[in-house]
Formats: sequence, C-alpha cells, structure tokens
Amino acid sequence: MTQLATEQTIWDKNESLPREELQALQAKRLKQAVARVYQNVPFYTANLNALGLTADDINAIDDVRKLPFTVKTDLRDNYPLDLLAVPRDQLARLHASSGTTGKPTFAVFTQEDLDTWSDLCARFLYAGGLRKNQFAHVAFGYGLFTGGFGLHYGIERVGAGVIPAASGNTRRQIALLRDLNTETLICTPSYALNIAEVAREEGLDPATDLPIKFGHFGGEPWTEDMRVAIEAELGITAFNNYGLSEVLGPGVAGECPCRNGMHLQEDHFLFELVDPQTDEPVKPGEIGELIITNLTKQATTLLRYRTRDLCVIHEEPCDCGRTTRRMGRVIGRSDDMMIIRGVNVFPSQIEEALLSVEGTTPHYMIELDRPGNLDQVTVSVEIQPHMFSDKMTEMNMLKRAIDKEIRTITGIGVTLNLVQPQTLARFEGKAKRVIDNRFAPGSMEK
Amino acid sequence: MKIQQLSVFLENKPGQMAAVFDILGKSSVNIITMSTADTEQFGILRIITPEWEKAKTVLEKGQFVVNLTPVIAIQVPHKPGGLSSILALFQNQGINIEYMYAFPCAHTTEAVLIARFEDPCNVADVINATSDFKILSEADVFKEKKSCEIQS
Repeated sequence: MTQLATEQTIWDKNESLPREELQALQAKRLKQAVARVYQNVPFYTANLNALGLTADDINAIDDVRKLPFTVKTDLRDNYPLDLLAVPRDQLARLHASSGTTGKPTFAVFTQEDLDTWSDLCARFLYAGGLRKNQFAHVAFGYGLFTGGFGLHYGIERVGAGVIPAASGNTRRQIALLRDLNTETLICTPSYALNIAEVAREEGLDPATDLPIKFGHFGGEPWTEDMRVAIEAELGITAFNNYGLSEVLGPGVAGECPCRNGMHLQEDHFLFELVDPQTDEPVKPGEIGELIITNLTKQATTLLRYRTRDLCVIHEEPCDCGRTTRRMGRVIGRSDDMMIIRGVNVFPSQIEEALLSVEGTTPHYMIELDRPGNLDQVTVSVEIQPHMFSDKMTEMNMLKRAIDKEIRTITGIGVTLNLVQPQTLARFEGKAKRVIDNRFAPGSMEK
Repeated sequence: MKIQQLSVFLENKPGQMAAVFDILGKSSVNIITMSTADTEQFGILRIITPEWEKAKTVLEKGQFVVNLTPVIAIQVPHKPGGLSSILALFQNQGINIEYMYAFPCAHTTEAVLIARFEDPCNVADVINATSDFKILSEADVFKEKKSCEIQS
C-alpha cells in the first residue's frame, strides 16, 4: 500500500489534466454529445424541442442544467434500441441489465466505445496495483452483465494475464487462484468474503494461503467495515469501483491508492449531484443523487441520467496527483431498488409477481440477510382466505407458483414465508417493505 | 352426507397452536377431534367441532385464516384390520384420499374415520352402493362422541 501510494499509478494523462483544461474538454464534448443525440435520437430531439432547446444552446458545462433528465423508464419505453445514436451496423457489442418489468435494458457499444471502456477500467485497475507482469482473476458473471467483460478487457488493456473464472464453484476458484499464484481478484465484495470462508472450510488460512494482493470490488453496495473485514480476511488491499450499465458499466469511477473516494472519469462523463426532491444542485459536501451525462459514448449517449444512487462528491485535490473529483461510497438509493447478489431488484417486482399469481397484492415484507456472505432474500406474505387450502399439495403449489414467478420477474430465488393476516407491519404513509440486515452493526462479525 | 371441517392456517412460530385453542376454549367450543399437517414454514390445523360456525367466527376475529372443508365421516370397526378394510375398498374403487384421521369411541367397538376426497358426494355414493360401511351425519358424529363421553 505504502509502496503503491508513492508509485506512479496514473494510467492516462487525462486523469491529471489541470481543472481548466478538463472543463474546457468537458464543455467541448458536451456540445458534441448534445448535437449528436439531437440529430440522431428522436427521443432527445423531441425532448429538447419541447423545451425550446437546440444543440446550439449548449456551450458551457453549466448549460447541462438546461437539459431534461433521462430516467430508467425512458430506457424501457425506448426498448430495445430506440435510443441508438449510431446506425445499428456500428454496434460491436450488446450487453443488458435486468429490467424492472422482466424486460432488460440494453447497454450497447461501438468499437470505439469498447476501447474507451477498456481504458476506463484499466485506469482504476492500474491505480490499484495491477501491472502487466501479473495475473487477474475475474469472478464476475460473464454473460449479458457488463461487469465480467468490462473488467476483462480492462485487464487486457493493462497487459496483465486474465483468468475469466466467472461466477460459481468457489472451491475451483480457490484452486485456480493458488495454482496460478494470481495477484488480483475481481468480484463483488460479498463474494470475496465467501471465498475467504470457503478457503477456511478447506483448512486454509485465506490471509496467507491465497496469493492475492489486490482486490477490486464492485457491483453492489458495501461499507468501510466490510473493507476492513475483507482486507483482514484475505490479507489484501481492497479497492472500490463504481459503474452502471446504462452509461457504460464498470469504469465510471474508481479508487486510487489514497482510497479517499472514487475518482470520477470526468473526461468521459459529466457528473452532477442534485437533491432528489428539488432536482437542485446540492451544496459542496452534501449528499445528493448522482446524475451522469455521457460525453463520449457513441452507441448511446444519455443526457443527465438519474442513477438514483446517493453519495457525496469530494472536490478537494487528491494526494495521488489526479485532478478529478471523487465520489464517496453509494450510501443509499433515492428509489427503493435493492441490489441482491449483484442483481437489481425493485420491491415493485415482488409485488408484480404476487399480483400475477394471486390476482391481488397481499401484504408482504422483504427481508435481506447475508449469512455466509451470500445475500438471502426472505419474502413474507400474509395469507388471505382465497389463497388458503386445507390441502398441503395445494399450499405447496401456491408456494412454488409464487417462487417461480418471483424468479421469472427478478431473476433471483427467494425464501417464501407465508404468515398469518395482520402480522406484518402496516404503514400510514409510504410503505417500507424492505428490511435490509446486510449492513447492520454486527453483521460483519465472524 | 358431508360434515364440516374447519381448516386453519398456522404460521410456524411458537404459540400459534395455543392461540387457536385459547380462543376456542374461551368461546366454550368443544372439539370432537383434530389433526395437523405441517411443513418447516407453516401448518394446517384441521378441526371437527359441532360448533363450527361459532368457531369460525371467533377464530377469524382473532385474525386466523379459516376455511370450511367438506369431509366424510365413516364408521369403521375399532379392531385390527378395521381401517384396512375401508382402505381396500378405496383402493379397489380407485378412490384417492387427500388426507384422513380417525378417532375411536371409548368403550365401543366402533371408530370414526374422517377423510377428505376431491369429490366427496361421489365417494359417499360408491361407499353406499358397494359396502356396508356407514357414513355418519353431523348428528351421528356429534351424538356418537357425546355418548362416548358419558360412558367414560
């Protein structure tokens, strides 16, 4: 760590541009981005026209505030590819994230986008100790999910050897890490702890018997407590990174050796932090919702995308020499999205599943726990007379039908708990249907 | 000749069963017989009582989910092979039993089998047409039990 902090860890000169130069670059790229979508994306043409705007009205960074927000439902409404800013034949790769209605949201890339993406991932990987004479092990899912491939090409860009282990079969992953003497581990933070736990079950001391030195973790929220636990358990230095498939995937922001916030890749994105109630910018140091405008992404260029992620932005200069601002950990959501085993899930999806099986939405509660460092979801549902049968076979069929529907809609399996009427909490105002015990004090204790 | 069974949903947590019988006891509901079916997460309590209407009302007031289920009560000989003779009949007639439970009458040679079928009317017809087994009415069951109690 100390060695890294004193070493040159900056991958790209754009990471340390003087602020005025960076802002000039942002203004130029913003104007190009708005011109591109105004010309090529009917959705944005109509939205800008409705506000009496054209691309000519955008000349400085602050002009971004004239632009309308883009929200998740806009992506759904333009399913599958109506937000494309380039001809379809320019696309080089199509990823997707789970959608809120079972429909995915596509994350699409031109070859130029893939190059940028690789570079942006290389930035934080290099900052976090990865070098070309090393190996990096990717235990993220590789399919439609952007995580696996994004990091994979970032590692290749650095020039290191990549082991695309993907997710699952933890014992095999541990054997691979040990046999190949791999330096860097890439996965979700909870999976890192799971690896440590399984290594212990195998009779190993994960801190000394696993070769890894560095870990890059993302894909789900985590805490400083969890970082301390991961570093102690695995004997590594752990780095946080941030991204979302709507605007890119991993690589939107990542930590440097100082680890006092994730450096925002401001040459490729314009970041704002707004009060989610008023949509006005928050004061420096205050928590707000992160709003991201794509400056360079060609395939889709989103203007002022509402991430719903709540965080702070640190503006003071960082000791590492980068001039970019830094975002703190995501500390919550301005909506009620849950991230479960890396999958985005909304309570409304659980509600939708119950509705489609039952014809009505019963009272329900979602409880999240993390036994053995793997997310577990318990859905408690108040049983109603029309759902109840004296036959066990029918009750089991009901349970299976609800289980299956939740899995179909959300992509995750849950434990279904049928409870008696009037036993779940009632709400006078907005219902609080999620109890998240994963980050509760004491939840990190072994 | 069906009789009403109360079927009660029970969440699997301590005190649930006690709560049901506390309510029934306080309402002076007498139970003829009962059985439970359970899984790790929930249970189904099945109750036969002459005061099923009152029992249903008070349990629902106590926030329990209660269904009425038609079941058949069959008198069977209370001796070795008594139950197997009626089961042989079901088997021969291709009748599927959803579930069943039984209770004996003390000091008599009879027992009562409570059984749940998909189509109870059809089963009653088959029993009447093909055997000497007696299907009991509500009056029979409740009287039967009463006489048992007096004798004991």
